[in-house]
Amino acid sequence: MKLAVPKECRPGERRVAVTPENVAKLVKLGFSVAVEHDAGAAASFGDDDYAAAGAEVITGTREIWQAGDIILKVQPPAAHPAMGVHEAELIREGGILICFLYPGKNKDIIDRLAARKATAIAVDQIPRISRAQKMDALSSMANIAGYRAVVEAASFYGRFFTGQMTAAGRVPPAKVLVIGAGVAGLAAIGAARGMGAIVRAFDTRPTVKEQVKSMGAEFIELNVHEDGEGTGGYAKEMSPAFIKAEMEMFAAQARDVDIIITTALIPNRPAPILITEEMVKGMKKGSVIVDLAAENGGNCALTDPGNVVQKYGVHILGYTDLPSRLAPTASFLFGNNLTHLLSDLGGASHFHLDLADEVVRGALVLRDGELLWPPPARPPVVLPPEPKVIAPPAAAMAAKVPATGGAAGPVFALIAAVALVALGMVAPPAFLSHLTVFALAVIVGWQVVWNVTPALHTPLMSVTNAISGIIVLGGMLQLNGPLTSPVVLVGATAILLATINIVGGFMVTHRMLRMFRR
Amino acid sequence: MITLPDTLVTIAYLAAGLLFIQSLGGLSKQESARRGNLFGILGMALAVGVTAFGPHAGNYGVLIGALAVGGAIGAAMAARVEMTNMPQLVAMLHSFVGLAAVLVGFGGTLAVDHSLVGVEATIHAVETFVGVFVGAVTFTGSIIAFGKLQGLIGSRPLLLPGRHLLNLVALLACVFLGFQFVSAEHGAALQPLIIATVMASLLGIHLVMAIGGADMPVVVSMLNSYSGWAAAAAGFMLENDLLIITGALVGSSGAILSYIMCHAMNRSFVIVILGGFGAEEGKAPAAGAQPAGEVKSITAEETAELLREAKSVVIVPGYGMAVAQAQHPMYEVTKILRDKGATVRFAIHPVAGRLPGHMNVLLAEAKVPYDIVLEMEEINGDFPETDVVIVCGANDIVNPGALDDPSSPIFGMPILEVWKAKTCIVMKRGMASGYAGVDNPLFYKDNTQMLFGDAKKMIEAVLAELKK
Repeated sequence: MKLAVPKECRPGERRVAVTPENVAKLVKLGFSVAVEHDAGAAASFGDDDYAAAGAEVITGTREIWQAGDIILKVQPPAAHPAMGVHEAELIREGGILICFLYPGKNKDIIDRLAARKATAIAVDQIPRISRAQKMDALSSMANIAGYRAVVEAASFYGRFFTGQMTAAGRVPPAKVLVIGAGVAGLAAIGAARGMGAIVRAFDTRPTVKEQVKSMGAEFIELNVHEDGEGTGGYAKEMSPAFIKAEMEMFAAQARDVDIIITTALIPNRPAPILITEEMVKGMKKGSVIVDLAAENGGNCALTDPGNVVQKYGVHILGYTDLPSRLAPTASFLFGNNLTHLLSDLGGASHFHLDLADEVVRGALVLRDGELLWPPPARPPVVLPPEPKVIAPPAAAMAAKVPATGGAAGPVFALIAAVALVALGMVAPPAFLSHLTVFALAVIVGWQVVWNVTPALHTPLMSVTNAISGIIVLGGMLQLNGPLTSPVVLVGATAILLATINIVGGFMVTHRMLRMFRR
Repeated sequence: MITLPDTLVTIAYLAAGLLFIQSLGGLSKQESARRGNLFGILGMALAVGVTAFGPHAGNYGVLIGALAVGGAIGAAMAARVEMTNMPQLVAMLHSFVGLAAVLVGFGGTLAVDHSLVGVEATIHAVETFVGVFVGAVTFTGSIIAFGKLQGLIGSRPLLLPGRHLLNLVALLACVFLGFQFVSAEHGAALQPLIIATVMASLLGIHLVMAIGGADMPVVVSMLNSYSGWAAAAAGFMLENDLLIITGALVGSSGAILSYIMCHAMNRSFVIVILGGFGAEEGKAPAAGAQPAGEVKSITAEETAELLREAKSVVIVPGYGMAVAQAQHPMYEVTKILRDKGATVRFAIHPVAGRLPGHMNVLLAEAKVPYDIVLEMEEINGDFPETDVVIVCGANDIVNPGALDDPSSPIFGMPILEVWKAKTCIVMKRGMASGYAGVDNPLFYKDNTQMLFGDAKKMIEAVLAELKK
């Protein structure tokens, strides 16, 4: 089977459906490939590159359309500006066309193709299921658009993205708000984070929060709880209460952030207006809005699709050709998507359109001129909710007990031993028993106090203050005597002082400990 | 009136001693600390109760009067004291123990026990003398410490010429007086004891006068230790095991705290006991090279901006924060940041504040939950992953010179490595150096921003900005 790749005719389109690298893979799948002269020129791929990869280079648009069993294109067929003929009429009778088709809004193109008894596969209609991810050209292009949106924003924004602490002064980082955390939104988050900006993201689907956080952005949440998860990985339309809260949040964010990148799309509807003229007015001068939904009308009220407008000191970028602005990569990924699709369709030898295959059924718009689109609806697959991961509690603080002693050395031990022996020779048994108690109490105190957490050292001091008031006993034992004797007087004073310690110490400890709270 | 037999009193003392140990043990964790305090109260009530009804009690009117007056004064002090003034209260309470120990010693000398003869009498006299000596040093030393902390006495160290010699002379004189006291006949013993008490009092004054104001945490914990040993000595004199046990517990507790403080300041324990530190002050700044670089200042608005974007914040409080009473607005800031999902923690250096653990109490008073208040060892490893560090009213404890400048007087002191964070904001009144008199290279680091002004006003400005 022969694949033919015409040069894109839409003005400004720089992509090409297949790159030389893809040609090599397609040849391996058994296809022969023909490429129109200069088809890849705008994407930096020359005819010789294609020839070297094994493709035949054909000059003439009519010739290339006639040459292929299967036509591979990026854009939907359109009126050829140079030839004055519609591309759909160039296709061979009964030929196969694979490209972006958007059958929902291109009825006349479908009709023209049907008149040619053509088979048309719309890559934009490939269902968003895991198996088909490798063929999902919309995601490939959205990824590129998200990245490019940040690059475009940076070129219009007059400041650094990353904050810097220089000798000349501090430069604050740029703040970027990404609305809609789909493929494009996540790519924009990644690119903006990579450039060092502070990135916030909002999406009506709470399930994308994890993805947003994993890309290093902050996920903005509203107090109104409503799940915006629609079918097929897209968002659905939200309730009025939610939209009101959402708009208030956008207005607040617009005043704070420097760059807004909007990617909000709802399938088969014009893009919702999320950034009103009022919000643009509230933005700082020099701010930039990149509207990735411009093709469907735009998320910003002031967006002019395809153009840049400057209003209230804010640049609003309505480019609809962001993937085309990164033509080599966009072409390569698109070509890969087509290669995977052709491989799944059986390659050259077993090429077959199986209607039972969900991917084929979804993407097949025309079969030999017969309209098969839209495909019958399938029940949505309900995913089980993800189990919540509970963070392990912080590891308990390990008690630190440093090694004690050791430094004194054997000399000290020897002196102590001699002193003890000398004491043992002369001291009365009562004294020795007290000494025993004393030594043991010192050891116990040493062990116990090392376990006290440093945070409680002040309460430790006040509690030891209180219990050292035990010297009150000394005063009490001396009270036994005539009232006026100096011993009783001295004892009473000692009791008074010691009681201040006891009561004051315990009470202030209690006061302090009551303040410690988790 | 019932009189409890001696054996029962002894058993009760044992129980009280065990309760005191439990009391200190309870302080190992915040969760059990209040129960620990309760154990202490129980032990004390038991000890005082059985002594009152024991065989040696008497003069209940005087006893109850003294207990009531002392209790009332203590309660009033405990209820009124500001948490910033805790060091003063602790110092004053130490002086009371010291004075009580002196008085008990004098009482023991006045009420002559004729039953003791020979070695027993000698040992008893030594015990009495040691108790009075330590008590007197504790008493006057604590008074001076109180005065310095309260600001009644200048915090600069008083360095008399030949002060080590003076101390040595006083000590030798006391030893000589001690011999006189021990060998003196009953009645004649009082004179050397009084002279020794005066000498010891002067020694206590001199020891603490020689110590600078910022080194007070060490002094206070050292005096805490002394007050314990004084009580233990009184216990030996009175042959009372409970006094011995309690004195030993308090003595070792104070010794450990002193050790921790010394370690945290990289000073030798012996030098501290001799009252020798703060001496290097003055000659130090000349030795250290002037750090290179520019000091960059930041406004409260920019600080708020940085905080708003930070995921991880560490606050390093010093005594300056407590003096400015900035801990309350600081916690308000903490709450706002935590509500936003940022991790905010406090890092406490062991010698931050004027008492061991003082900052923890001050933060607890501002209702900061204790599980976000971390010790130096716990948090030092986390600084590289921290976005913003706020140093508030601290200086020497964040001085990188302690790690990499051998000429710095604080070289070798463990410090909080705040400069490893992405941004470090230092709140200060001006460019004055810390207590150690050392210039701080931290202020000149590229990632350091200075927020000049009164700590409380600045934090309140940041708070107002964050609330917008």
